[in-house]
Amino acid sequence: MARRDGRRRDAVPTDAVPTDAVPTDAVPTDDVPTDAVPTEDVPTDTVTSGGGLRSRRTRNRNPGLPWVLWIPAGLALALVVLPVVGLLVRTDYARLPELLTSSAALSALRLSLVTASLSTIACVVLGVPLAVVLARARGRGVRLVRAVVLLPLVLPPVVGGLALLYLLGRNGFLGYLLDVVAGVSVPFTTTAVVIAQTFVAMPFLVVSLEGALRGSGQRYELVAATLGARPWTVFRRVTVPLLLPALGSGAVLSFARALGEFGATITFAGSLEGVTRTLPLEVYAQAQADVDSAVALALLLIVVAVVVIAVARPKAFDR
Amino acid sequence: MSLHVDVAVRRGRFTLDVAFEVPAGGVLAVLGPNGSGKSTLLQCLAGLLVPGRGTVTLGGRTLTSVPGVQVPVHDRGIGLLAQDPLLLPHLTVVENVAFGPRSQGVSRVRARAQARAWLKEVDAAGFARRRPAQLSGGQAQRVAVARALAGGPRALLLDEPLSALDVDASPAVRGLLRRVLRRSHSRDGHSGDELSGTGREVTGGDRCAVLVTHDPLDALALADDVVVLDAGRIVERGPVKEVLAAPRTPFTARIAGLNLVSGLAADGGLRATDGRFVAGVPSGDCVAGEPAVAVFAPGAVAVHPADAPHTGSPRNVVDARVSSLEPHGAVISLRTAGEAGAEAGIAADLTPASVAELGLEPGSPVRLEVKAAAVAVHPAVESPSPFPAAEP
Repeated sequence: MARRDGRRRDAVPTDAVPTDAVPTDAVPTDDVPTDAVPTEDVPTDTVTSGGGLRSRRTRNRNPGLPWVLWIPAGLALALVVLPVVGLLVRTDYARLPELLTSSAALSALRLSLVTASLSTIACVVLGVPLAVVLARARGRGVRLVRAVVLLPLVLPPVVGGLALLYLLGRNGFLGYLLDVVAGVSVPFTTTAVVIAQTFVAMPFLVVSLEGALRGSGQRYELVAATLGARPWTVFRRVTVPLLLPALGSGAVLSFARALGEFGATITFAGSLEGVTRTLPLEVYAQAQADVDSAVALALLLIVVAVVVIAVARPKAFDR
Repeated sequence: MSLHVDVAVRRGRFTLDVAFEVPAGGVLAVLGPNGSGKSTLLQCLAGLLVPGRGTVTLGGRTLTSVPGVQVPVHDRGIGLLAQDPLLLPHLTVVENVAFGPRSQGVSRVRARAQARAWLKEVDAAGFARRRPAQLSGGQAQRVAVARALAGGPRALLLDEPLSALDVDASPAVRGLLRRVLRRSHSRDGHSGDELSGTGREVTGGDRCAVLVTHDPLDALALADDVVVLDAGRIVERGPVKEVLAAPRTPFTARIAGLNLVSGLAADGGLRATDGRFVAGVPSGDCVAGEPAVAVFAPGAVAVHPADAPHTGSPRNVVDARVSSLEPHGAVISLRTAGEAGAEAGIAADLTPASVAELGLEPGSPVRLEVKAAAVAVHPAVESPSPFPAAEP
């Protein structure tokens, strides 16, 4: 805990450019956390410059914000930012181009982008109807179904992968059927990667869409119906357009979740280079063999995630 | 297109049980307090709610008949104008108005042309290309009127259409509604020609409307007839002017902003339920000894200090205690605590200056005086309701 305070004072004013001020080792000296309060203003305000707080005076003009909150808030931010900073510091920039353009890295990146895109599409195509049904349908079963839909959110992904394996694997009842009827085997294919990612990511989309649907209520839909619009027209011309902002943020969340998917993928799809070894799996594989390479790939993953958020941000987060 | 309604709905302990008819081209106002069943009634008409019993027919077509028939919302030909304009935020104004015709299969070009004609009709042609977010409340509601009418409804439901507007905007929208609703009544529509392409507009002259409101002014300005709902039953009905001018139930009197004392008709006035005599002018159909009500306006009530001497001509003097004081436009509306015969209390209008001069506050004793000439006595309805259909 204390080390983040100690480190923040060093790392932040230099604007997150890694310097030798931060011990590469990331083992800190001990500070007393509470003594951070008097010096809190400057570094914390700089960190959260998005909040527009610049000085002690500004804070004093904001009676709704208890100053005590700054301590845990600063720690929370440090918890998010500092590991990334550590990674940046640890990166071997000289070898970076070489590490990132290795064929394994490139194929993992390509596979990740393709599978995450496909699973995002699957999430949208399947998740939008599911969210609309959950938000609009009436009946006793709906609550139960909603709980089931949220299962992948709370389930360890490894368990999800195992469950998928026993459904679609050679011994699973659906997998057996597919094998016998169509001669198709799903596990350990790129398709399996997409299914695993969709399984894990879809609840994010459904939850954010359902919240938006419930929030907006059915008033617009009702008015459209009184104008003579059939249910399908209402869905197409009213429900979906009104849902677009939430759909944007939900899709981004799903994509990000799919991109980072590890547990379900490795259980259900394995780690075959070029076929199922996505970026996270490649990072894991390289971490055993070549740490520099793993760190470089991790950096790549971070960059992709940041780009996704930056591109989608206007629609997704500026409500 | 006359609208016949006879429905009963149970919702928990609440029961709505009403029957009424709106003639072709007519406008019926539904007055009632919160929880009286107005929304439930509208939901039944719009097709959102299947009543437990009853029928809804519009122009001879059965929309709801329990059990058996329930025409879905989009196919009922019943338009809705709600309290909020509810313009679709992702469409421009003209696209909003064209939504109805488009949904009913009219071509894009033609739907746009109709939308523009309707926008012109509501004096909103100037902001056809704007987004709803760029409109004021009054503008948005005018566009909503155009949209509802462009959908070519055979009947229109208006759900407190003016209550969300500020005082500056509501007169204009009320005037607009009066024009479009009453035009269908008179069947001459000067703009009916340019709008005749809507097909349904040919029969638009028969369009009837149900207006739910709590504002007697809306009812007076827009409707022919009124039904007053209370606790799910119709307690009074008739031409708006008559019902509001001569309320026969305390509830209607309150909506109409009038004072009402009930009792038995007597010579030259009314014997209140507490035995007190109220001097007034009986209407021709009053029969002494029959149930009757004495009605007078808050403006006719003079307020004096409790110990004021009885002077001058007013023949009705009553001592009471102030229950509430509420600003109401330029005047302050005083209401006394209820008592036998006038359970709702008596309302009086005062200027802020006199409230200050008399030092009035809730609990203050006052002496009220009303001239006999300002009190009208009408026969009362058999309490609680004259309509067998409305009995639970």
